[in-house]
Amino acid sequence: MADQQEILSGLAEIVNEVAGVPVDSVQLDKAFTDDLDIDSLSMVEVVVAAEEKFSVKIPDDDVKDLRTVGDAVTYIAQAGA
Amino acid sequence: MSTTPRSDAQTVVVTGIGATTPIGGDVASTWDGLLAGRSGVRSLTEEWASELPVQFAARVAVDPADVLDRVEARKLDRTQQLALVAAREAWADAGAPDVDRERLGVSIATGIGGALTLLGQWDIYRESGPRRVSPHTIPMLMPNGPAAVVGLELSARAGVHTPVSACASGAEAVAQGLTMIRSGRADMVVVGGTEACIHPLPLAAFAAMRALSKRNDDPPAASRPWDTARDGFVFGEGAAVLVIETAEHAKARGAKIYGEVAGAGITADGHHIAQPDPEGKGATRAMRAALVDAGAEPSDVVHINAHGTSTPQGDVAEALAIRNALGEDAANVAVTSTKSMTGHLLGAAGAVESLACIMALHDQLMPPTINLENLDPEVQLDIVSGQARKIEDDRLPGAIALNNSFGFGGHNVALAFRSYP
Repeated sequence: MADQQEILSGLAEIVNEVAGVPVDSVQLDKAFTDDLDIDSLSMVEVVVAAEEKFSVKIPDDDVKDLRTVGDAVTYIAQAGA
Repeated sequence: MSTTPRSDAQTVVVTGIGATTPIGGDVASTWDGLLAGRSGVRSLTEEWASELPVQFAARVAVDPADVLDRVEARKLDRTQQLALVAAREAWADAGAPDVDRERLGVSIATGIGGALTLLGQWDIYRESGPRRVSPHTIPMLMPNGPAAVVGLELSARAGVHTPVSACASGAEAVAQGLTMIRSGRADMVVVGGTEACIHPLPLAAFAAMRALSKRNDDPPAASRPWDTARDGFVFGEGAAVLVIETAEHAKARGAKIYGEVAGAGITADGHHIAQPDPEGKGATRAMRAALVDAGAEPSDVVHINAHGTSTPQGDVAEALAIRNALGEDAANVAVTSTKSMTGHLLGAAGAVESLACIMALHDQLMPPTINLENLDPEVQLDIVSGQARKIEDDRLPGAIALNNSFGFGGHNVALAFRSYP
């Protein structure tokens, strides 16, 4: 089970790969859309890559609640618990 | 020589050019290579090529991944990448003007569209399941994708179009841009064509039609229009883009002018889905229509950049069509096929060859047809063979260069370009 810091760094790698956002900019308080400029299609890529990386399921209905990076880290930590 | 006094408001001119082709990654290297008679055709080194009947193609000289930002490129099909590279060069060349975006249009064609994306994502689906299919798949594979990407890049809002007529698509896109300006829908249009589908399936499919050359032992000699030993076309990829606008608009913003897009003629054969009309009647009508549209006479034509794909039937039909369209004046026209060097860029061909026509008039130099060793006796044309040829000064005023493009489906597009004083 990955801890929050591991999830954050893993997510940062995904966001960097998908959207070119520098790893250091992917912080818990950053919003995917407003701060990191990730559009809805790229968000799908982030979610699918995160599912694979952290061996979790993130249903489409839950994705809309993942506004910030912190939301996603918390969700993945709980889903993998 | 005809005199067709058109006002600057009615005259459409080229003010920016861009290209990425098997000859070079930009206009300068492409044009230098064409004038020097350099082939862009190479053996395919991929493992999959070994089982194909055709094991060579004309890949772009500069891979778009080497030019574009990584994150930008991963959301774009290769057709979009090539179109974007060419469009950026053309727009910068036009001076990247600050124009009214609601009066700026795009007309960029492709013959096949995002086939590499379609095939690549199907591979991913089969290997990893539907959830791994990229959410960018549809915007990447749709044929209007390249035009849309260029339109977004330039915030063009007058209308973004993608004519599709197989190997006539690129020329039809230029014609569409001309129509947009003449009809008052746009002040400027970014026109062109792009193609990128070098992959075993399209290669096998064209080979199944027996349309491709099989000269595997000597790829640079495979594209040999009008030569008695020609045996089919060479599959290529690339893109070219032109920025066009009225002469009035160009002068008002102090733009340099390369030449005039003087007219277009579009016809259909109504003959066969994949065979040319043996007499080239539709092609003849297209050339005549382009000259009428340009207000020009057959005697004005100094140069033709022919469709000339190096197929046994097509080359002869086009030669006949040229003679029928121009009559006795055909004897005074220097004809070339730059496909002898670039291969056949399908939906980008008409755009690359439009660029070559404009540059030929501008530089007074016509690129050669290479690999022409024995002229087919059925081809009674003056071919620019082996090396570039000058357009003499006395023929330049009002000089017309024609570009022919014909596509599967029986589509014929002839474009007339005029030297700009």
